Amino acid sequence: MTLLDVLAGFIQELREAGIPVSMVEAIDAMDALGHIELADRSAFKAALGATLVKNARHYEAFDTAFEVFFAVDRSLPGDDAETGNHEGTDRAPTASGEGRQGGQGGGGADVEALIRGLIEALSRNDRDLMRIIAGRAVDQLAGMERGRPVGGTYYLYRTLRQLAADELVQRMMDDAGDDLSDFDARLVQEEYEFRLEQFREEVRAEIRRRLVADRGREAVAKTLRKPLMEDLDLMHATRVELRQIEQAVYPLTRKLAARLAQRRRRFRKGRLDFRRTMRRSLSSGGVPIDPQFRNPRPSRPDVFLLCDISGSMATFARFTLQFVYAMSAQFSRLRSFVFVDALDEATRFFDESADFEEALARVSAEAEVVWMDGHSDYGNSLEMFWDRYGDQLTPRSAVIITGDARNNYRPPKADLLAKIANEVRAVYWLNPEPTGYWDTGDSVMRSYAEYCTDVYEVRSLRQLEQFIEDMVIPTFKTSPRRPAVVD
Amino acid sequence: MTTDFGSPADVRDALKSVHYLADDRISQVVFLSERLGKPVLVEGPAGVGKTELAKALATIHGRRLVRLQCYEGLDESKAIYEWNYKKQLLRIQADSGSSWERLEDDIFAEEFLLTRPLLEAIRSPEPVVLLIDEVDRVEVETEALLLEVLSDFQISVPELGTVKANSQPLVILTSNNTRELSEALKRRCLFLHISYPEVDREKEILLARVPGLTEDFGEQIARVVRSVRQVPLKKAPSVSESIDWARTLLALGVTAIDPVVVTDTLHVLLKYQGDIDKVAADLQMPQSGTAGSET
Repeated sequence: MTLLDVLAGFIQELREAGIPVSMVEAIDAMDALGHIELADRSAFKAALGATLVKNARHYEAFDTAFEVFFAVDRSLPGDDAETGNHEGTDRAPTASGEGRQGGQGGGGADVEALIRGLIEALSRNDRDLMRIIAGRAVDQLAGMERGRPVGGTYYLYRTLRQLAADELVQRMMDDAGDDLSDFDARLVQEEYEFRLEQFREEVRAEIRRRLVADRGREAVAKTLRKPLMEDLDLMHATRVELRQIEQAVYPLTRKLAARLAQRRRRFRKGRLDFRRTMRRSLSSGGVPIDPQFRNPRPSRPDVFLLCDISGSMATFARFTLQFVYAMSAQFSRLRSFVFVDALDEATRFFDESADFEEALARVSAEAEVVWMDGHSDYGNSLEMFWDRYGDQLTPRSAVIITGDARNNYRPPKADLLAKIANEVRAVYWLNPEPTGYWDTGDSVMRSYAEYCTDVYEVRSLRQLEQFIEDMVIPTFKTSPRRPAVVD
Repeated sequence: MTTDFGSPADVRDALKSVHYLADDRISQVVFLSERLGKPVLVEGPAGVGKTELAKALATIHGRRLVRLQCYEGLDESKAIYEWNYKKQLLRIQADSGSSWERLEDDIFAEEFLLTRPLLEAIRSPEPVVLLIDEVDRVEVETEALLLEVLSDFQISVPELGTVKANSQPLVILTSNNTRELSEALKRRCLFLHISYPEVDREKEILLARVPGLTEDFGEQIARVVRSVRQVPLKKAPSVSESIDWARTLLALGVTAIDPVVVTDTLHVLLKYQGDIDKVAADLQMPQSGTAGSET
């Protein structure tokens, strides 16, 4: 295969993974490769990265694809090729060629030797030694077999578990001695954790290399392909992913706020400002050539946010609350309510606590949301909302309800939603389930949907962002652009 | 004064000579941009040295730095050129006798042209470094003004025709990523994301920027800053803030860092009271609680 073919395959893979790569950028990449030392892997990667990826959020997908496509070739165990052909092999703590029986608990002594070597590598921050140990560990512990359709994560888990990677830092901290103050100990521990993460990365790379050698790049790239962060399913994200999503919420809302402000400004000009127009006209001899307008007063909705926080919906409610609170400057007033089978106002927690985490913790500890058995009851919750807060709804209010509308076969009381809808500007329902699941089993989405202004399937940050944008500037999409005013 | 780099390592050394410590990625992208003649779009959190990079490049090349600071409402007349209409009016009044044709030729001459940063960078006889700062602040429509400059290094002025670059400027755009830039703009640039440096590099930066700092103390500071960055904050400390902090600690005569010193000087590192409280509370706890996350 020529370089051009490989590059074309690589770009195809990036596009499959959701990174938009234009023709021009592909040509740039080829161009850039002409100026660098092709043997220098990091230069090669930088050249491709700078020309093909134009968004920092896409780096992770790019890294994965790059590692797969341009892995340093290594053969699988079981081939006769000697894997320990690095310089400095003699420093590695185990003799190679033994203990290759797939690490089914066999060779316990070897494992202990590996761990000792790893601890040494970590405490000296010796990257070469870490790499060698990663190779050995995968050899002996991952139990990789040719052609077995198992994902890389499985092997990674297996290798790290046998090395007891999670306990290593603690072991090293114990060795570090007791004379460290808490503060120093913390800094040292963080340094060790950082190094251990680098070792994990080495193991991951090693496994990837072998998978590629076994199954070929396209197949491996496909199994490793992950959705971009803004498309991750909020309901099924792992803990690590949730943390990433959480960190992304704030920057995302800032961007959205900036975009909304711009659109609002451009959207409509206010009434004629007579005074400023006349003043301007003096420079053109009293002829009002350049009419001036007041800034329009933006109409901001008054938002009532109702979140189902029962077990299955808790994660989703959390992101919705975080997102909507981060956008609160866009609303004239924001009140939040949480419910399971009873409903309680949560606004006070968010107003009193400086910190969002703290507020959430208080919501789950103090809000009174369980009335009977702690299973979602939308009907009862709506009834409580209507009875207590119904008189505070105005035509400027927007009610947003989040939840899967799974009512545990209780009466939905949709007529109450009809009453609410009658009082307010709009009722939106955000459902984190795929549209196809609605109205199956105990879901009563349809009976509520009848009274909603709009029902959105919201399963990712991107969809949440889209919803807020639609809500704040509802007419934007349908209204034709005003002709540009010449000034 | 170097004008051409043989390899990314040369770029890195040259930048180092002006106290800008580039990592591999930065030097490689800068090297490519000079070879390919393409602008670099530098993105990253505030205070990691995006603008500094442009300044450092101007210094090592011995070029003039032309800077276009972007803001909302930036338009053609501020970014590219404007006709000096007052002078034009005077000109018209000064010889009211002459024919219209002559006058028309006259008042749209270069004499009446006010150049703004983009045109200035293009027309400069010797090559310059053009810094388009915080490009994410302009409206999407205004971005279009930049496209012609970025891809062809030329500008069309209706009355004068197309002005081609006398010399090819080195173009650096910076963005704080407050909004998504248009595809058209991104396509024309190489992309470079600078994030917070790792401990080793941050230490090097501190040592280069803060005279009198010892190696050990620098490392300690860098480690504490990393620890602080792991706390979820509204605004994590940037490199420029950790430099300020190092200077403060030196000025106070501190030689070893302990939680009390950190808590007392946190306001240098952090800019929100909420963040300061959070970190102060976090420092009371011995463990960071980030141990053993499995992927």
